[in-house]
Amino acid sequence: MNTKLAEPLKEQEHPMENLLRMDRIPHIWCPTCGLGTTVTALAAALEQLKLDLNKVAVVSGIGCTGRVAGYLKLDSFHTTHGRALPFAAGFSIARPDMKTVVFSGDGDLISIGGNHFIHSARRNLDLTVICVNNFIYAMTGGQVAPTTPISANTATSPHGCYEHPFNLPLLAASSGAVYVARWTALHIRRLVASIKEALMKPGFSFVEVIAPCSTLYARRNKLGDGLSLMKFYHDNSVIKHGADLNEVNIDFQSKIVVGKFVDIQRPTYIESMNEGLKKKFGDKYKPYGGVNGDN
Amino acid sequence: MKADPRNVLTGAHYLDGNHAAAEGAIAAGCKFFAGYPITPSTEIAERFAQRIPLVGGVFIQMEDELASMNAILGASWGGQKTMTCTSGPGFSLMMENLGLGLMLETPTVLVNVQRGGPSTGLPTLPGQADMMQARWGSHGDYEVIALAPDSPQETFELIIHAFNLSEKYRMPILMMTDECVGHMTEKVIIPPADEIELIERRYTEKKPGEAWPFEDYGEKIAPMLPVGKGYKFHITGLTHDYKGYPVINAQAQETAVRHLMDKVRKNVDDIIWLEEQDVDGAEVVVLSYGISSRVVQPAIAKARKEGVKIGQIKMVTVWPFPEKRIEELAKKVKSLIMVELNYGQVFYEMDRCAHGKCRTYLCGHAGGTVHNPEDIYQTIKEAIK
Repeated sequence: MNTKLAEPLKEQEHPMENLLRMDRIPHIWCPTCGLGTTVTALAAALEQLKLDLNKVAVVSGIGCTGRVAGYLKLDSFHTTHGRALPFAAGFSIARPDMKTVVFSGDGDLISIGGNHFIHSARRNLDLTVICVNNFIYAMTGGQVAPTTPISANTATSPHGCYEHPFNLPLLAASSGAVYVARWTALHIRRLVASIKEALMKPGFSFVEVIAPCSTLYARRNKLGDGLSLMKFYHDNSVIKHGADLNEVNIDFQSKIVVGKFVDIQRPTYIESMNEGLKKKFGDKYKPYGGVNGDN
Repeated sequence: MKADPRNVLTGAHYLDGNHAAAEGAIAAGCKFFAGYPITPSTEIAERFAQRIPLVGGVFIQMEDELASMNAILGASWGGQKTMTCTSGPGFSLMMENLGLGLMLETPTVLVNVQRGGPSTGLPTLPGQADMMQARWGSHGDYEVIALAPDSPQETFELIIHAFNLSEKYRMPILMMTDECVGHMTEKVIIPPADEIELIERRYTEKKPGEAWPFEDYGEKIAPMLPVGKGYKFHITGLTHDYKGYPVINAQAQETAVRHLMDKVRKNVDDIIWLEEQDVDGAEVVVLSYGISSRVVQPAIAKARKEGVKIGQIKMVTVWPFPEKRIEELAKKVKSLIMVELNYGQVFYEMDRCAHGKCRTYLCGHAGGTVHNPEDIYQTIKEAIK
C-alpha cells in the first residue's frame, strides 16, 4: 500500500490581495449578499484601468455598504451616517489629483444623506458614486428605506410599504449627474464597464447597483434565497441604454430597467470655479489645483 | 515655521471680530473653508470667500452645517488646513461630526459666534450659552479645547493659536466667540508674516506598510499619514485600534476614549491660558471669558476704588477647565464670581472645583445684551459681605 501523503496545496494569493485588507478578511457580509460582487466589480475596474492605486481614495457612510471602505486597501474613510458625500466633497477638492470613490448604500446616500446627494450632483463634484440599493436598511435589521417598493414588507413597514420610493437614476440625472447607470449584481461585466467609465468621467458619476439582501429583504418578502434573487434579476432585467428615466422606477418584483442612462459633459466644480474666477481676476488668478497644485 | 507673507495682510486695520477671524485663518495658512450662512457668524464666511481666490484656496458654501463640518474634515485629511464657522442652531447641527473629527483626530477649527438661544433664539444678539454644548454637545466621552476672545485683535491672534493647537493636539479646536465680539469693529494690527509662528502638520516619517494612523494609541499623539502616497490607511468613526481598524469591545473602547481624554488632560499646563490680574492677596476674584471679560472692568474698577481687594481672571481658554487653579484659589479667597451670559454653565465647573472652600457666585442672565456693570458690582458687594 502506498502510504505517501498527498503534497499539501501551495498557498495561493487571493486574486484581489493587492486591493483587499487581507488582515480584515473574512468580512461581515452575509452569504449571497450583493456587496461582494460589487466590491469585486470596483476592484476589477481599478485593475483593468491600471490606475495608480496610491491615488484612489474610497469614502463610505454607515450601513452594510458603509463597511466597504474598511475592506479596500486604499486610502479609505468610514465616516458618519449620510455624510460620506460632504466628507468626500472636502477631500476631493483638496485632492483633485486623486480619484475619490464614494461607496455607500441607498439609505445612507439617499435618505439621511439625500440633501448632500442632490447638492453634490448639482455642483458636479469630481466623485464616482457607487450606490448599492438593496431596498432595505440591512445593518439595523431590515427597516423601510427610501427605495423600498410599494407593498414590500420590512420591519418598519410590517403591513407593506405604502410610501412612494425614489427613482435613483432620475434623481441623480435631474440633480446634475454627468454619468448615470444602473445594473444588478448579476450584470458583472456590464457593471465593471460602467464603473470604469464612471471612474474616468470628470464630475459626478452615479452607478446604482441593485443587490440582493436575502437575509432580510428576501426573507421578509418570501422571495427565496440568494440564487432565487439572481434568477429573478436574470429573468426580469431589461437592458435599455438611454431609457426615459421617468420610466425606470422599480415596483415590487417588477421588471428592472438597467443600462447606461446618462453620459454628458459639464464642467466640474473645480473647473467652474477656475473659469469663473479667471474671468473675474484675469492673470492675477492662478487656477486652483488642490494641495499639490501650483498655489 | 513662519507664516507665508502672501497670506498675511500686514498693517493696521479697522475690522470687526468676524473679519478678523477670517484674516487670522488665512494668515494661519487655512486654504479650505466650508460653511453655511447663519447670523451672526456669516461675515467670517463672506470675508474668506472674498479673499481666498487670490491666496490659492477654496471657499465652498455647503448645503447645510452637517455638510460643512464633514467637508472640513475631508479636506483636512486631504492635506489642507481647514475651518468652518457657525452660530446657535448651526452649532447644534455640527455636533455629530465634531465627534467624528475628535474620533478621527483631525486638525480643524470650528468658530461659534454665540447668539441667544435656545432654538432660533436671538440671531442678532449675543449670548454665551453654548459653553456646555461646546464641552459636551456631541455624544460620548471626550475632551475639547475651547478658546474665547474678547476683541477683534484677540480674535485674530486666537484663531492662529487655534490652528496651532489643532495641529499640535491633532483635534478640532472650538473658537467660542460671541455676537458682540464678532460685530464689534476696532483697530486690528496684523503683524508681519515673520512674526507669526505656525505649527505645521506632523506627518509620519515611516514608510508605507510600517505606519498606522493612530500609532502608540493611548500613549502618544500619532503623526498623521499623508494620503496619495501609498500608505493606504483606514480610519473610521467606529471605536478602533492603532491601525484605525474597528474593534468593538470594552477594552478597545477604554483605550480609545482614554486616549482622547488624556491627550488634553495630560497637557492642561500647556493648553490652559488664563490672564490674571491682582489675584494675589485678593479676597474676591471675578472670572469671565469672551465679551464678559471686558464688561466686568468698570465694576472691578469701582469696587477697587472702594478698597475691595479684588482680582480678575480672564479665561482665554475655557475648556479644559482650570481645575487646579480654582482649587488653589478657593482656599485663599472669600469668594469667586463667574460672570457669563447664561444662567450658569461654566459657573458650575467653578463651583465644583471650589469644593466648598469659598463662596461662589454667578452673575448671569439669559443673553441678548451684555451685562450691566452695575449688576456685576452688586454681585461683588454681595460676595465680600
